[in-house]
Amino acid sequence: MTTQDTAKPLDTEHMIVNLGPSHPAMHGTLRVVLELDGETIVNAIPEIGYLHRCFEKESEVKNYTQIIPYTDRLNYLSPLMNNVGYCMAVEKMWPLEIPERVQWIRMLICELSRIMDHMVCIGTNVVDIGGLTNFWYLFNPREKLIDWVEALCGARLTTTYTRIGGLMKDMPPNTKSFLKECLRETLKAIKDTTGLLQKNRIFMDRTQGVGAISAEDAISYGFTGPCLRACGVDYDIRKAHPYYFYNELDWDVPLGRYGDSYDRIFVRFEEMIQSCRMTEQILEKMPEGPIMTDHRDVALPAKHEVYGSIEGIIQQFKIIMHGIKPPAGEIYSYTEAANGELGFYIVSDGSDKPYRIKVRPPCFAIYQAYPDLMKGELIADAVAILGGLNVVAGELDR
Amino acid sequence: MQLALNRLKETFGDSILETHSCLGNETAVVEKEKIVEVIRFLRDTQGLEFNFMMDLAGADYPERSERFEVIYHLYSLSTKKRVRIKVRVPEANPVVPSITSLYKAANWFEREAFDMYGIRFDGHPNLKRILTFDEFEGYPLRKDYPVNKRPKIPTPDPLIKV
Repeated sequence: MTTQDTAKPLDTEHMIVNLGPSHPAMHGTLRVVLELDGETIVNAIPEIGYLHRCFEKESEVKNYTQIIPYTDRLNYLSPLMNNVGYCMAVEKMWPLEIPERVQWIRMLICELSRIMDHMVCIGTNVVDIGGLTNFWYLFNPREKLIDWVEALCGARLTTTYTRIGGLMKDMPPNTKSFLKECLRETLKAIKDTTGLLQKNRIFMDRTQGVGAISAEDAISYGFTGPCLRACGVDYDIRKAHPYYFYNELDWDVPLGRYGDSYDRIFVRFEEMIQSCRMTEQILEKMPEGPIMTDHRDVALPAKHEVYGSIEGIIQQFKIIMHGIKPPAGEIYSYTEAANGELGFYIVSDGSDKPYRIKVRPPCFAIYQAYPDLMKGELIADAVAILGGLNVVAGELDR
Repeated sequence: MQLALNRLKETFGDSILETHSCLGNETAVVEKEKIVEVIRFLRDTQGLEFNFMMDLAGADYPERSERFEVIYHLYSLSTKKRVRIKVRVPEANPVVPSITSLYKAANWFEREAFDMYGIRFDGHPNLKRILTFDEFEGYPLRKDYPVNKRPKIPTPDPLIKV
C-alpha cells in the first residue's frame, strides 16, 4: 500500500478537498475539509450545523406536549426512542408514576427502534463500502417493522407516540402475531447478512483495523452506545441503571475488542439479536392495563367525565388551556438510545413551558472523534468509518 | 451518594458555593476560578473517578447578577455515579476556564455553549461557532434574542463573475 519501497518518492503538495455536504456518502448534511497527501488523509476539519433547526430555542416557547413532535426529528432513524427519552425526562420532574403496561410498551418500541436504527446503519455503511445486497436484505424486514409502527401511531417516521404520563393509544390488536413474524424475518436477515459479511475478505480488509480507537480515548471523547462497546467498555444504561423493567429481562451486552469499524458493525449485529430476544420476552410478559396515568395534572379525563361532571370539564379545560406544569426544578435524564446515551437536561420554572432544554445527543460526542479516527487512513476509508459511527444529522445539529 | 459532594466540600471548602440534590441529581456550584481544579479532582481521585464528561450545557438567567451558567454532567464508569457541577459568570465578563485539557469531549460542547450564549472558554484551542455560521450576529439561546428573529444569511461570492 505504501510507497516506501520505491527509490525516491515524488514530491507532492498537500491538497485540500471538500467532502460533502452534498455527497451521498456524507448523508447530505456533513461536511469535512480534508487535507490530503496523495490519497492519505493528513488532517480533517469537520463542519456541522447544516441541519440546525433551533430545537432548543423553539422548545422554550412551546409547552411540554408540543415539544414531543420535535423530538421525532432528533434521531429520525428511531423516532420512538426519542419520544420515550423526552417523556421520561419530563415525568421524572414530579416524579410521576406511570402504569406498568405503558412501561412495557415503551420498552417494546425502544427495542424495535433499536433494531430499525441498526439496520439502517449497517445497511448504508455496507453500501458505502460497496455491498448493495445487504442493504436490501436488511431493509425488507425493516419495512415490515415500519408497517407496524404505522399501524401503531399512524405515521412511519414522525411518530409522536408517547405522551407525558402515558401513550397516545394502545397497540394494534394483532401486534403479538405480527411482531413474531417480523422478528423471524429480522433474524433471518441478520443471519443472511452476517453470512455475507463476517468472513468476507473484501469487507474485512476494508473495515478491520480501520478507524480504530482505544478505550481510553473513547471514554475521553464521551463515546457511548455501540461505538463505546466496540472498544470493549461494558457500559449500557439498560444494565448499569435499569429503567422500566429492563432488569426483568434476560439478555447480554455484546462487546467488541479492537474498536474498529468491523467491531462496531458486529456489535450492532449482536445488539439486534439481543433486542429480538428482549422483544420476545416483552411480548410474553406484557400485562394488560391502562395506557395513561391517572395523575390529575397531566392526564386528560375520559370523555364521559368531561361531559358528565364539573370536575372533569375543569380538569380538561386546565390541561388544554394552561398546559402541563411540572414542578420547578432541574433534571438530567438519560436513556440508552440506538447510538448511545440520549440525555435530556430540563430546567423547569414551574410554568407550562420549559425554561431550558438541552439535548445530549450521542452523535455529537462520537462525531467529534471523526478527524482522529481517519488521520493516516485513505480517503475511501473516511467514508467507511463515517457509516459505522452512525452519525444522524438530526440529533447532531438539532 | 453524598460522597462526591462531601469530598468536594472537604477538599475545596469555600470554593464550593452551594450544593443540593434536587430529584436525586447531585449538584455543586463552584467558583469559576476553581473549575478546572475541581473537575480534575473529580476525575483523578480514587473512589470518585468521574471519567466521562457526558454533557456540558450553557444556560441564561437574565435576572441574576451572574447571568450565565455552565453546567457540567460527569459520570463515573466504575462507581456508576453522576454529578452535576455548575459555574456562574456575569454578563460583563463571561469567561470560564476551559476543561478541554481534561476531556477531549469538552471541545465541541464548549464551542456549542459559546455559539449559543457567548460564554468564552479560556484556553480552548479552537473557540468558534459550531452550529450557526461564522457571520451570525448575536447569541441565539440568550433569553433576549427574539425567537422569531431571522438572521441574514450571507451569500457567498459567485465562482464565475459575469
